[in-house]
Amino acid sequence: MMPDLGKYTVAVLGAWGAALVLLAGLLAVTLWQGARMRKALALAEARAAAERPRKPEQAE
Amino acid sequence: MQLSARVLPWLVGLTAVSLILGLGWGFFFTPDDYKQGATVKILFIHVPAAMMAINAWIMMLITSLIWVVRRHHVSALAARAAAPAGLVFTLIALVTGAFWGQPMWNTWWEWDPRLTSFLILCLFYLGYIALWSAIEDPDTAADLTAVLCVVGSVFALLSRYAVKFWNQGLHQDSTILKVGEKDPLDVAYYVPLVICILGFVLFFIMIVLLRTRMLIRARRLSVLQARERMA
Amino acid sequence: MIALLKRDLLLSFRAGGGFGLGLAFFLLVAVLVPLGVGPESGVLATIAPGVLWVGALLACLLSLDRIFALDYEDGSLDLLATAPLPMEGVVALKAVAHWLVTGLALTLVSPLLAILLSLPPVAWPWLMLSLAIGTPALSVIGAFGAALTVGIRRGGLLLSLLVLPLYLPTLIFGAEVVRRGASGMALTTPLAALAAITAGSLALLPFAAAAAIRVNLR
Repeated sequence: MMPDLGKYTVAVLGAWGAALVLLAGLLAVTLWQGARMRKALALAEARAAAERPRKPEQAE
Repeated sequence: MQLSARVLPWLVGLTAVSLILGLGWGFFFTPDDYKQGATVKILFIHVPAAMMAINAWIMMLITSLIWVVRRHHVSALAARAAAPAGLVFTLIALVTGAFWGQPMWNTWWEWDPRLTSFLILCLFYLGYIALWSAIEDPDTAADLTAVLCVVGSVFALLSRYAVKFWNQGLHQDSTILKVGEKDPLDVAYYVPLVICILGFVLFFIMIVLLRTRMLIRARRLSVLQARERMA
Repeated sequence: MIALLKRDLLLSFRAGGGFGLGLAFFLLVAVLVPLGVGPESGVLATIAPGVLWVGALLACLLSLDRIFALDYEDGSLDLLATAPLPMEGVVALKAVAHWLVTGLALTLVSPLLAILLSLPPVAWPWLMLSLAIGTPALSVIGAFGAALTVGIRRGGLLLSLLVLPLYLPTLIFGAEVVRRGASGMALTTPLAALAAITAGSLALLPFAAAAAIRVNLR
C-alpha cells in the first residue's frame, strides 16, 4: 500500500502533511465560522420575529 | 444565496472526488523521477497551490473592480472571502517548496525570484486581510480594500520584475530550477497533476462560496443587531 | 497651494513634527549596524548600500502616519476637502512636504553615513542620486498608505504592514544602483527603473490616495 519513498520519506511526507494540515485547517475554520454565524443569525432572526408582532400592541 | 445552496453539495462532492483521485493517484501510483526521486510527488500539491495562490489574487482583483463599478455587495464579500484561501495556498506553496528544496537544493530557502515573489505575495495577502478586519464600516472597508487590491496588484507585478532583475544582478540563474518547468512533463505525472489542479480549483470555489455565505449572514446579523439597538 | 505646503512644513519643523526624528533614526541605523555586524570595513562596504536604503525606508515609514492623521483628527481635512483645491492636489502637496522633511534631508546627510559604513567614495554620488530619485516614490506610496488607514485608530502598525510590501521594488532598484555604483558596473537599467517607479507613482497614486481619503471622510 505505502509506496517506497526511499531517502526522501521525510521530505515528501512532511510536505504532504503540512499541506494537508493547512488545507484541512482552512476548511475547518471556514465551516466553524459558517456554523457559528448561522446559529447567531438564527437567534437574532428569532428575536426579531418575536419582537415584531408585539409592536402594534404597544402602539395602541 | 439559494443558487449557491443548491450548487454547494454537488461542488463538495466533486471537490472531494477530484482531490482524492488526483492526490491519491499522485501519491500512490506515480513512478519516481530519475533525477528527483520520490520528491516529485510533492509536485502534485505544490503546483496547484502555487497556481491558485495567484489565481485567487486575480479573482479578488476582478471582484473588487466589480464592487467599485457596480456596487454589488456580494462581489466585495467574495473578494474578502477569497483572501484567507489565497493566503493558505501561498503558504502551502512556500512550505511544500521548502520541503522539496531541502533534499534537492540542500537548502530550505533560496532567495530565488520565484520564491521571493511568493513571499511578497504572502505579505500582500496579510495586509489585505488586516485592512479588512481593521475597518468597522462595511462599505468603507470594501472601498478601501478594493483600492488596496488594485494598487497592490500593480506593485505585485512590479515587485516580480524587480525581484527577477535583482537576483540576476547577484548571480546566475540556477539551472536546477528549470527541471519540471522547461522539460516536457511525462504523461504519468501530467494526468494526475491536471486532476489535482481541478481539485484545487474546485476546493477554492467551495471555500469562497462557504465563506461568502458566512459573510452575508454576518452582514444580515449586524443589520438585525443595529435594528435591535434602535428599538 | 503654497500656503498649504508652507503650513505643513512649519508643522513638521515644530515640536512633535517628524523632521529631526527621521534623521536621528537614519543615523542610529547607520551606527547600530556596524556595532552589530562587526567593524571589518570589507563586510560593511558590501552591505552598506542595502543598509542605507533600508534605513532610509524605515526612517520614511516613521513619520508616515503624521501625513494625514493630525488633520483628520482636528477636522482640517474636512475643510481641505471642501476647498477649491482638488483632493488629488492636497495629497500630492502633503507627499511633497513629507519628502522635503524626510527624503531630501536623508539624501543630503547620506554621504556622512556612507563614511560611517565605509562605502567607497565612488558610490557616494550614486547613493545621493538614487536616494534623490527614489525617496519621492517612498513619500507618495506612504501618503497612499496613510490615506487608506487614516480612519483607523492606532493604524500605525497596519500602515507599515500595508506600505512595506509596496516599498519593495523601490528598495530593490535603489540598493542595486548603489551596489553597482560601488563596484563600477553599468547602472543605467536600475536607475531608469527607479525613476520609472517614482514617475509612475507620482502620476497615479495621488488619485488612489484621494479616492481613499474621500471614502474615509464619507
